[in-house]
Amino acid sequence: MLLVSYQFLLFLAVLVILYYLIPKKFQWILMFTAGLLFYACGGPGGLVFVLVTVLSTWGLALSISRIPKGEKKRKSLFILGLLLNAGILAVLKYTNFFLQNINTLLEPQGVSFSYVNWLLPLGISYYTFQSVGYFTDVYLGKTEPEKNLGHYALFVTFFPQMVQGPISRYDELKDQLFKGYTYDSRRIRSGLLRMLWGYFKKLVVADRIAPLAITIAQAPEGFGGIWVWIGMVSYTIWMYSDFTGGIDIVLGVAELFGIALPENFDHPFFSKSLAEFWRRWHMSLMRWLREYIFFPISMSKSVGKLSQKARKVFGKNMGRRVPLYIASIVTWFVTGIWHGASWNFVCWGMANCIALLISQELSSWSKKFRKTHTWTESNAYGCFEVVRTFLIFCMLEMFEYYPFSSVFRLFVSMFTEFDPRQLIGGALFNMGITIQDFTILILSVALMVWTGFVSLKTPMREWLSKRPAWIRFILVYGLFLCVLIFGIYGQGYDASQFIYNQF
Amino acid sequence: MDSKKYTRFFIAALIIAGSLTALTRLLVPKYMGQVTEGAFIGEYYEDKSSHDLLILGDCEAYENISPVALWKEYGITSWIRGSAQQLIPQSYYLLEDTLRYETPKAVLLSISAMQQIEQVSETYNRMTLDGMQWSDAKLMAIKNTMMPEEHFIEYVFPLLRFHSRWSDLSEDDLKYYFHGEPTTHNGYYLRADVRPAGEFPEERRVRNPEFEAKGYEYLDKIRELCDKNGIKLMFFKAPSLYPVWHEEWNMQIEDYAGTYGIPYINALKDIEKTGIDFDTDTYDGGLHMNVYGAEKVSSYLGPMLLEAGLQDHRNEPELAVLWKEKENRYEADKAAQTKEFAEKGYLAKYAGEYTH
Amino acid sequence: MEELIEILKDIDPDVDYETCDTLVEDGVLTSFEMVMLVTDINQRMGVSIAPEDILPENFSSAKKIYELIQKSRGE
Repeated sequence: MLLVSYQFLLFLAVLVILYYLIPKKFQWILMFTAGLLFYACGGPGGLVFVLVTVLSTWGLALSISRIPKGEKKRKSLFILGLLLNAGILAVLKYTNFFLQNINTLLEPQGVSFSYVNWLLPLGISYYTFQSVGYFTDVYLGKTEPEKNLGHYALFVTFFPQMVQGPISRYDELKDQLFKGYTYDSRRIRSGLLRMLWGYFKKLVVADRIAPLAITIAQAPEGFGGIWVWIGMVSYTIWMYSDFTGGIDIVLGVAELFGIALPENFDHPFFSKSLAEFWRRWHMSLMRWLREYIFFPISMSKSVGKLSQKARKVFGKNMGRRVPLYIASIVTWFVTGIWHGASWNFVCWGMANCIALLISQELSSWSKKFRKTHTWTESNAYGCFEVVRTFLIFCMLEMFEYYPFSSVFRLFVSMFTEFDPRQLIGGALFNMGITIQDFTILILSVALMVWTGFVSLKTPMREWLSKRPAWIRFILVYGLFLCVLIFGIYGQGYDASQFIYNQF
Repeated sequence: MDSKKYTRFFIAALIIAGSLTALTRLLVPKYMGQVTEGAFIGEYYEDKSSHDLLILGDCEAYENISPVALWKEYGITSWIRGSAQQLIPQSYYLLEDTLRYETPKAVLLSISAMQQIEQVSETYNRMTLDGMQWSDAKLMAIKNTMMPEEHFIEYVFPLLRFHSRWSDLSEDDLKYYFHGEPTTHNGYYLRADVRPAGEFPEERRVRNPEFEAKGYEYLDKIRELCDKNGIKLMFFKAPSLYPVWHEEWNMQIEDYAGTYGIPYINALKDIEKTGIDFDTDTYDGGLHMNVYGAEKVSSYLGPMLLEAGLQDHRNEPELAVLWKEKENRYEADKAAQTKEFAEKGYLAKYAGEYTH
Repeated sequence: MEELIEILKDIDPDVDYETCDTLVEDGVLTSFEMVMLVTDINQRMGVSIAPEDILPENFSSAKKIYELIQKSRGE
């Protein structure tokens, strides 16, 4: 069941009604059942893997918590759980990628393995990370283990977040999930409004711009110069509106049931540096990576020893960098490969890693620069930083959709072959979207930018609640009509899945 | 306080319902230009007179028989509820739907659709089903003939289906906003241009000569519904050269007709008797008749229809007045098309290639 | 404590570590800097801090970091 389907809306309507009709103490059971049903619609086979993950992390976490700290068995059980769950994810998601590389290597020998056709359970990257996070927290003693299997199972299978995140933490979600809620029309309105905004971003913007982004991204030979710019910006708009639109729908749906999932985006395009950007984009994943990969690796004993050695051989400055560099590289490798089983994503992750480390190395210099040049505190300079960060992010994205061998050539062509005249004469409207589509896109993106500015200060829904009723009505109903009419959905249109779905 | 809240709520609901209705009217296709087939089914409801003969079926029904000619020559009152790629189940539900308004004395069913029981394109479904007024018949027709990728809700709210037409809106959408023009003559699609029949691909062997069970199921339902209402049922095969009407299919219809004593008029076997000349009587090279061919088919059908018990109503003054009007409009349309075709060699309205 | 301040000065010499209690919020200590800091603490003071203790609230001020060091030393 796609989030963008009549079936889903019907499913949701029935569920909300039932949810507020039954006694509060049964609400969580209804949600759990609904989650299984929702998941089964997407492919009953995947359910088996979900249940394996639920049972293993729940059971092992419980066993671990009963063993005193420091005992060997505790650690072995922990590693067993990690290997099992990471193993399922790795095998299902990366076997073909692995075989592909083996085949490339062995091609001269004439050896070739045939690819596997295993099913990839919906949202496996999300729920695996979420349950492994909980499991690790229990092992580290950061959170109490959940004794009730049903409660824990709901945490993993809570249907709005299952398919594309956000990745929640058990200690932050558990109280909300089982509290029970009475009907509140304000909550419903608020949730519906957030969903509507999500559908707007997904249906009106993302699905409309996708053909343009794909056309350019898939033809690195055909489109250089100005087209690289257009492809880059449209790809970023596509990804942002698709992903944040999906997340808005998810958070809105959860809100209908009284549950506040963690925010996943905090105006990322207002960031003034790439490091800041990554603290405001896909926040739940980045937090997960920071907590369960970046810090543990940088503070592990073996990395510590390596760092000591480096200190003795190369001096203090090298020594203190070793943990940071090793942890960053590993973290960004995982980030890359998590996004997709291909070298493109690995390259993209590494490119981000390098960019971040460079800016880290430059930070002391830039701090000095800022101090001696007071004009850097002006708004204009702030704007410059925001635009710079946006462009850096966009350019790094090129590693994701262009073959590695073309990225640098196309990057150079952005400047050497920059010729806006190529756009004159309708060439722009032969790229899969029409002039009407362009008009809609420009207006919609302007709307998104405007709401971004407003919500920096006041959350959009709060801002809206302060307007007179009739203005509120016009704005909300107008948005609804926009989605209804300008949304890309329905017959003759192959409902494309959310880009972030299959991860 | 409360009453103020309710008033507000009421006004908002009114605005929403009103604007959605207005938008739907704007965005649904008007079927007034080159593709008029989507307007056919709905036109039936505009005609207030009763009809002795109801003709049901796909293009073989609405392009090959002229009700005006049947009236002029034989005094038979008839209406064609035909639509592009109309499935046999849809013919059944259109019969059910028609029975809500009148009970004809006879039904002439074009049986060529027996060989294609599942819909091939959702646009054809929309053209047939959107034209029907809401009733149990429409509901069941949608439910039972919808293609897998179609959604029932898109029939309830056509805006969901046609919303993307916002970028294709034309003058016609405003011109025919409230009301369209008649596109047919009692369901007959009049064409006065000529394109002689040419060569057709060689006849291939039929892969699945047996009609599907679903076709027979609905044929039974049509037969039973006619029996129940005392309607004389007849089968009809139009004299279309292509697509080929295979003998295997013909035999099955003959068998079925024989079993239940249903007259089966196969014009394809009576080409000589009809007097059709495939050099002058078809507008698309032998697939469908033009008005000259359709009039010949009507002359050929008339005596058989009278024999089946239909009456000559030409001596009834009220009907005569009504049909005189129809006749005038028909002749004017025919003359205008004939003139245009003689001058240009084609009809501007249909210049774009369109086959169904 | 003095040693800690010295280490912190290495990261950013312009912060007043005696008073500032919003090191993480202000972006003085990002995750990169935290790693450098913990590495330095480990190498210069011989105290290793467990990854699970790397929480923003443990790094908000020099005092907090010092408490964390004391705690880690005890373990």
